[in-house]
Amino acid sequence: MIGPVVRTSLLNLRRDRSALLLTFVLPVAFFSIFAVIFGTQRREGTPRIHVAIADHDHSRASQRLIAGLQAESSLIVLTAPKQKEKSDAQKPAPFTAETAEAAVRQGDVPVALIIPKGFGESPIAFGPARADQPVIQLLKDSSDPIAPQVVSGLLQKAAMTSMPDVMAEQGTKYVDQFAGGLTSQQRNAMNEQIERLRGELNQQQTGGAGGSTTGTSNSEDAFGGLIAVDSRDVIGETKKNPIVAFYAAAIGVMFLMFSASGAGGVLLEEVESGTLDRVLSSRVNMLTLLAGKLVFLTCVGIAQLTVMFVWGALVFKLELLKHLDGFIIMAVVTALATSALGMVFAAASRSRAQLGAMSTLVILVMSALGGSMFPRFIMPESLQKAGLVTLNAWAIDGFTKIFWRDEPLTHLWPQVAVLLCIALVLFFVARQLVRRWEYS
Amino acid sequence: MGSSAVTAQSQAVLQVDSLIKSFNGIRALDGVTLELRAGECLGLLGPNGAGKTTLVRSIVGRVIPDSGSITVAGNIAGSPAARATIGYVPQELAVYPLLTARENLATFGRYAGLKGKALQEATDWCLEWASLRDRANDASKNFSGGMKRRLNMAAGLIHRAPIVLLDEPTVGVDPQSRERIYEMIEHLKQGGTSIIYTSHYMEEVERLCDRVAIIDTGRIIAEGSPSELVRRTFGTRAELIVHTKHSSAADEWCSRFGGVRTDGEIRIPIAKPVDDLPELLRSAAAANVELHDFSLQTPNLQAVFLQLTGKDLRE
Repeated sequence: MIGPVVRTSLLNLRRDRSALLLTFVLPVAFFSIFAVIFGTQRREGTPRIHVAIADHDHSRASQRLIAGLQAESSLIVLTAPKQKEKSDAQKPAPFTAETAEAAVRQGDVPVALIIPKGFGESPIAFGPARADQPVIQLLKDSSDPIAPQVVSGLLQKAAMTSMPDVMAEQGTKYVDQFAGGLTSQQRNAMNEQIERLRGELNQQQTGGAGGSTTGTSNSEDAFGGLIAVDSRDVIGETKKNPIVAFYAAAIGVMFLMFSASGAGGVLLEEVESGTLDRVLSSRVNMLTLLAGKLVFLTCVGIAQLTVMFVWGALVFKLELLKHLDGFIIMAVVTALATSALGMVFAAASRSRAQLGAMSTLVILVMSALGGSMFPRFIMPESLQKAGLVTLNAWAIDGFTKIFWRDEPLTHLWPQVAVLLCIALVLFFVARQLVRRWEYS
Repeated sequence: MGSSAVTAQSQAVLQVDSLIKSFNGIRALDGVTLELRAGECLGLLGPNGAGKTTLVRSIVGRVIPDSGSITVAGNIAGSPAARATIGYVPQELAVYPLLTARENLATFGRYAGLKGKALQEATDWCLEWASLRDRANDASKNFSGGMKRRLNMAAGLIHRAPIVLLDEPTVGVDPQSRERIYEMIEHLKQGGTSIIYTSHYMEEVERLCDRVAIIDTGRIIAEGSPSELVRRTFGTRAELIVHTKHSSAADEWCSRFGGVRTDGEIRIPIAKPVDDLPELLRSAAAANVELHDFSLQTPNLQAVFLQLTGKDLRE
């Protein structure tokens, strides 16, 4: 009798599209997203990291170092802020220590390097740096733990591969200083070699020798410490538990979508039980009903986020009271957008089972792409851009601006505007979809 | 029956005129015309799929007809004024299962525009009317089938509308609960409420309704008081009901005497039972029709329906 049981189960599965979706489509969709994120990284190395460089030295050594870093395929080196519009005739001024730090604070780049004046005179430190030695500053956003490590390593690598002449010159100086000096013959020979090295290097650079710095050896470990670097968190250094702010937003948004779609399912129950028919034959019309449900779901969403952030404040020292105004703004627009999404799910479904399958699929994919499962900065650039179609990304960005970057409320306008637009469009879509229930 | 309470001169509170509605090319309503008079209970009798629910949903504005018109107390069906005049009790148990009886009634009362003291009074009245006072604070999901039906009715009447549409309110209800529902409807009638009552149960229509409209395949095929319909269809005739084996001889015998055949049963109207019965039985024997048993009955609405449509009401 096992055969008939299997056959019946198979027939049921074939007829249940929701179960089929969850069984086959969801795992494949998820697998694809993870494969793209981590598989691409394996093939292309880590995602390209934006690094701002402020060169206060303008020496041959500093330019060499910048050229070396620019040749790194895993870095996108910015020596000046990006031009907002292509039509602008005036090029933006090169980064200074202040503008580079601001770029990190605003989240434009995760890392900035400040090359101080006088760096070129003594760029290499064999042994610990002297107190008076100009040291490169590495400014970082501690919400991204990967980028500073990569930049730091590549900085040391660039020192080795892009400025061997400077190293040789520096070595000669050390010999001169600590080993009793070189004879004039030795010094001449040494200078000749250094000049030859420079000549070769110039030739390489004019010939587009970026490949010379793209080796696979783990050079940052082997030569670590050649260039003295002073690393400093410019974002999050005073936060008690920095990553909590990110995860409170990321997880909060994902579960807001789940609860909104679940609560939106009440509409389906009303349809199935005939209650909708009764309600719509009273003084309530469909638009009023939908608007009422949107208000309710939004209030529930705000309450849900509030509980989550209050818990974060009590247990994980999240600075809720300090950012209460920003939290309220983001909670309202996020809850509004997720509620409208929940209503679209319900309005597009024919049954509770279908709603469950569809919403699970879409929410998990959106959460993966939008940064609710892992930060978007670890994703390839194409996926980071694709993530912007999800409301998770905009909500998380908004909450991060408040809780992480301490940005003023006015900086929230893009996130608020986008989430409000999403809510408006989704509500309109839901209104169109429920027309099929409005009249026969 | 309360037909005496309603006279032909009573003013029509609801008028349906030449209503046509098709779903996917199939006519659900095919030129329905009828009216509901003030204070009467009009039974809409027909088998499943006859168009009763479509007609009721058209009256509450939930179905947009292809053509024809409906006016409810002088207002176009579906308009806010028309909706305020109607109490609608759908066939489904359209209440919120997690809410208590009181909460359900209050919810639908608010949807009907009630608030404050008026809402409180209406809720209390409904609980009393539906005999749910002692279970007022229990979640409706825990109610018996009959209690759910009563709550379902009460929710449709919370705003004490002068016109009430009851769409098969006794479906799936045990006889005892059904009796309670009949009492509730009779109470409404005594209060002067105009009622349209759809059903495919002949017995309850005969008991409750002043007039009956028989509907089949989207058309009203007869209209009048139950006794009028019987008289119009059968005159003073009785009906011979014969159980027989299916055969061509039986079919021929049935049609020769103007009878109607359903599964294993033949119904033949006879004008003078004492005179005609022996002749009928003799002809059956002559035609080799094998009779299992037979009985003589006074025709009822079911017989009317069968006679007019050739179908059983329960089909």
